[in-house]
Amino acid sequence: MTNQIVQGILLGGYYALIACGLSFMFSVMRIINLAHGSLAVLSAFALWLLASRFHISPFLGLLIVLPLMAAIGWALQRFLLERSARGGALLPILTTFGLAIVIDNLLFEQFGADTRSLAPFIGSLSYDSWEWPGSIYVGKLAVIIFVTAVGLLGGLQLFLTRTGLGRAIRATSADPDTAGLVGIDARRANAVAASIAMVTVGLAGAFLGMRATFDPYAGAPQLLFAFEAAVIGGAGSLWGTLIGGIVLALAQTLGAQVHPQGFLIGGHVAFLIALFIRLSTSGLGLRGLLRLPAGKAS
Amino acid sequence: MSAASPVIERGTAASRIAAIAVALIIALLAIAPQFLSAGAVDRMTALFIYVILAAMWNALAGFGGLVSVGQQVFFGLGAYFSIRLADAGLNPFVALFVSAIVVGAVSWPISLFMLRLRNGEFAIGMWVIAALTHLLVNLDRLVQGETGTSLISLNVYDASTRRVAIYWLALASMTALLAVLFGLLRGSTGAAIRAIRDNEDAAASVGVRVTGTKRLLFVLAAFGIGIAGALWLATSITFQPKTYFSVQWTAYMIFMVLVGGIGTFEGAILGALLFFLIETWFGGAGVWYLIGLGATALAFSLLLPRGLWGTLEERFGLRLLPVGYSVRIPVNATLTTGETASPAQTTTSREKA
Repeated sequence: MTNQIVQGILLGGYYALIACGLSFMFSVMRIINLAHGSLAVLSAFALWLLASRFHISPFLGLLIVLPLMAAIGWALQRFLLERSARGGALLPILTTFGLAIVIDNLLFEQFGADTRSLAPFIGSLSYDSWEWPGSIYVGKLAVIIFVTAVGLLGGLQLFLTRTGLGRAIRATSADPDTAGLVGIDARRANAVAASIAMVTVGLAGAFLGMRATFDPYAGAPQLLFAFEAAVIGGAGSLWGTLIGGIVLALAQTLGAQVHPQGFLIGGHVAFLIALFIRLSTSGLGLRGLLRLPAGKAS
Repeated sequence: MSAASPVIERGTAASRIAAIAVALIIALLAIAPQFLSAGAVDRMTALFIYVILAAMWNALAGFGGLVSVGQQVFFGLGAYFSIRLADAGLNPFVALFVSAIVVGAVSWPISLFMLRLRNGEFAIGMWVIAALTHLLVNLDRLVQGETGTSLISLNVYDASTRRVAIYWLALASMTALLAVLFGLLRGSTGAAIRAIRDNEDAAASVGVRVTGTKRLLFVLAAFGIGIAGALWLATSITFQPKTYFSVQWTAYMIFMVLVGGIGTFEGAILGALLFFLIETWFGGAGVWYLIGLGATALAFSLLLPRGLWGTLEERFGLRLLPVGYSVRIPVNATLTTGETASPAQTTTSREKA
C-alpha cells in the first residue's frame, strides 16, 4: 500500500507538470487552451522524430524542441488567441478546439496510428529504480519527473514574484488596461506568458513520451488530466497544482485498486468531488478557482 | 409625426415566403422516400440528425452562451438508454424516444452542477463528464466494454420498413425540435435567452432568471441530442461506446454552428446542410477531411466569427425565420438624420437573432 502511495505521489508530479502550463495561461490570459494536450503530444512526437531519425537523445532533443515550443507559444498568442479573445470569452475555446483537431489529425497523417514511446531512447533510465526502505522500488525516471515538476513550479513562482517581466505578467493578468497606463506592454507580457506555458507543455510532452506511450490522439486525455489537476489544486499558489496532481494520481491509484478499469474513473470522480466541495463552500463560484500565481502573489 | 416614428416588426416579406417554403419543404421531405433510393433515404436521415445536433448545440452555445465540448455524452447516452430499454422489452421505436426523455431527465442534475462553471471551465468540465460517462457505460455487462452490442430487437422489422420508419421519425423529430426551439426563441423566454447571450450580468440586473433559462436550454439540448443519438443507433444498429462517446460528435456540432452562424436560428441549419455536403464529397478523404474540418472551424472563429448566415444577415438584413424584432425607420425620418434613404433600411439597433 505504501508502495502505491509513493508511486501515486510521483505520478502526481507528472500531472502537475502538464497542469501548470494550463493554469498559468488561464491565470494570465483567462483562456483555457483546448489544444494544450495536443501540443504536449506534438512535442513528444518531435522528440521521437529527432531520436529515431537523427539519433538525438530526447534530453538533448529538448534543447531543440523547447525553443520551438516557445516560438509556437508566441505565435499561438499573437496569431490565434489575441485575435479570438477580442470576440469574447467563448471564441478562444472554439479556436483552440479547432487547433487541437488540426494538430491531432496532422500528427495522425504524418505518424499513423502506432503508439510510440521515447523509452527506447533513454537507455536504462526507463526501467532503473532505487530501492527505498521497506522494499519500495521507485523508478529513477519518476523521481526525475517529480523533481523537475517541483523545480519548475518553484522557478515559475520565483520568476513571477522576483523579476520585472514576471511582475509585468502579473500586472497584465490583474488589469491589462491599468498595466498599460504604467507602461507595461500587455501584448508582450501575454506573448511571453504563452511562450513560457508552451515550454512547460513541451517538457510535459517529453516526460509523457518517456514514462508511457503516446499516439496522435493522446492529446485529449492529457488535456483532461491537466484540467483536473489544476481544478483540484484550486486557488492559492502554483503549489496547488502540485497538490492537485498528487490528489488526482492518488485517486486514480485508488480507483485501480477498487476495479480493474477504475484508474481513470477514480480520477474523474475525484475531480467532481473537488469541484462539488469548492462549489458548495465558496459563494464566489469558480471564477477565482483557477487563478493560481496571480491570485497568490498579489 | 406618426409617419416618422419607427416601425417595429417581426415578420418581413422574405420571412413570410420562407414560412411557406419551409412548410412545402417539410411536406416534400415527408413524401420523398417514395422517390429516393435506399441509400439516399439513409443519407437524408443522417442529414436530419445533423440538423438536430447543430440546432441543439447552437441553442446551448449560441443562445445560452454555454460552449460545451462534452455534448457527446448525451449522444452516447441516447443510444445507450435505447439499448437498455429495448433489452428490457420495450418496443425499439418507442425506446428511442423514452431514451431521449431519460437523457433529458439525467441532464437536469448534471445542469445543477455544471451550470455554475463558466466559459472554458464549463467546456472542459462537460468533457470530463462525457469521459466519465463513457467509462461507466463500458462497465455495463450488456455493452461488453468496447466490443459493444446491437439494437437487435429492431431486426424484427424488415429492412425497407425500418429504413423509412427511421427516416420519418428523424424528420418528425427534427421538425418538432426546431419548432420548439423557434417557439421558445420567439416567446418571452426568447427575449431572456438573447439578453443572456448578449450580456449575462446586465440580463440578471433587469430581472432575467439567468440560471433557470440556461437550465432550460441545457435540458432541451440534452434531450434533442439524446434523440439524435438514439436515431443514429437505429440507423446503424450497432452500439460501440467509443464511437458514440467520441468527441468528434461535438467537433461536428461546433463545425456546423461556427460555419453556419453561431447564435442565428437559420445558421445552424445552413451549417448542417454544408457539413452534410462536405461529408458527402470529401468524407472519403479520411484524415485530410478531418484536418480540413478543424482548419475551417479555426478559420471561421478567427476571420468570420458570425458564420455565413450571421454575415449575410448583417449585410443584407436578411431574415427568413425571424425570432427577434427589427426596427424600421421610415424614409423621412432617416432623411432628417442625413443618412441615405432606403425604405427598408434597418437601424443598427436591430436585434441580432
